[in-house]
Amino acid sequence: MLGTSVTWGDITFMMTGAGLTLAITFWAMLGGTLAGVVFGLIRAQSPWYVNYSMGTVLDVLRSVPLLIQFILFNSFQSILGWGMNPFVVGCVVLAAYTSAFCTEIVRGGILAVPITTRRAARSLGMNYWQDMTYIVLPLGTRVMLPSWIGLTLGVMKDTALVYAIGVIELLRSSQIIITRKPHEALVILAIAGLIYFLVSFPVSRLGAHLEKKWREND
Amino acid sequence: MFDINYTFHWNQAFRALPQMLDGALITLQIAVLSMIIGIVLGVALAVAKEARLAPLRWFAVTWIEVARNTPALFQVYMIYFGIPAVLQLVAGAFGINFRAMGINIFYLDSYWAVLVGIAFNNAGYLAETFRGGLRAVPPTQTRAARSLGFGAFAAFRLIVLPQMFRAVFHPMTNQMVWAILMTSIGIFVGLNTDLTGVTQELNARTFRTFEFFALAAAIYYVIAKIVTGGARLIAWRLFRY
Repeated sequence: MLGTSVTWGDITFMMTGAGLTLAITFWAMLGGTLAGVVFGLIRAQSPWYVNYSMGTVLDVLRSVPLLIQFILFNSFQSILGWGMNPFVVGCVVLAAYTSAFCTEIVRGGILAVPITTRRAARSLGMNYWQDMTYIVLPLGTRVMLPSWIGLTLGVMKDTALVYAIGVIELLRSSQIIITRKPHEALVILAIAGLIYFLVSFPVSRLGAHLEKKWREND
Repeated sequence: MFDINYTFHWNQAFRALPQMLDGALITLQIAVLSMIIGIVLGVALAVAKEARLAPLRWFAVTWIEVARNTPALFQVYMIYFGIPAVLQLVAGAFGINFRAMGINIFYLDSYWAVLVGIAFNNAGYLAETFRGGLRAVPPTQTRAARSLGFGAFAAFRLIVLPQMFRAVFHPMTNQMVWAILMTSIGIFVGLNTDLTGVTQELNARTFRTFEFFALAAAIYYVIAKIVTGGARLIAWRLFRY
């Protein structure tokens, strides 16, 4: 193919890896977003001591390299004898990491809704959950969604690090092929990079577009 | 669920602390150098993206989009495996056989691969940050400077840039922390002198994975906190009116 010794079999192998990359991204985003929404809600409206201690714990997740978190949790679960498979370990760690960022996004989104608007809702007779769903959610989404899309892309790129615990995702699979065909390193890496780019670029454009469109409406 | 059949040996990890702190110094060194290169290139890219010359614009856009839409690990790989491959192709095209001459240009040291890769990544992210910062500087500032007799370059350097740096100082601090955390991927190209690399070497010798990496995590955390705290202090000193 392309006048090189890269075969269709290699491409299929990399595509399988790409599928795994997307699967890990999906599960990590699902878990991370659910936890992030809960934590964000708590952080936005709890007394300072809850807010502060929660912030510290989540800050640790953001200040330690993800790679080290993968290795640490992986060895921790084997010390406890849980015998989780690497894919699950990858998803769990990445979800925890995602939740730390998602918490800040949700908190920022809630705090971006003017308190006067929320008081107006409450004085119209809405209860807390009505205020949350009809007032805070639509207004906060404009602030949150662009950052959330950015976070998703960040997580997708960070899945490359599950390499460390032995999940054969896109970058690892290209690395395996390179080990076999070192003289084709450039071609193989270019294909891997192109796959990442083709997934990431359109989504990042969409995020930028939404951000611009919603800012004009303000 | 929590029956631990394992004895923690923290002493072993603490005994290796000096070695790991030496590694932390290398980590910091890579991060700082990559940030300096990234800031210089980032300003150039931010300006180039608004340039009137189309090829210059395309070059900047390509750099920024590749840096932002692919994993940092991919970029480091591209440098580590790619640059030697390109050199080989170029040399082959000119009919030069370096290997026969006994010069090995086809091998890139992992330290340099990580440094260049992270600098490339930093430049792409910082360029976008700087572009936002440049937009925050009112154009009247440039016009005022020009009407006072500043040249175009002097006005940019002395009037626009300082104001831009004030606007982007906080995102730049974040990028610095990112750069520190990113250096840990050096382990994938065989870097064994930075904090993660040293930890991995110790781990390979003792199999005390959890203890060593927990200590490394603590060191990374402390470094990140010192950097953000230091940056806050610098911002307070520099940017008060």
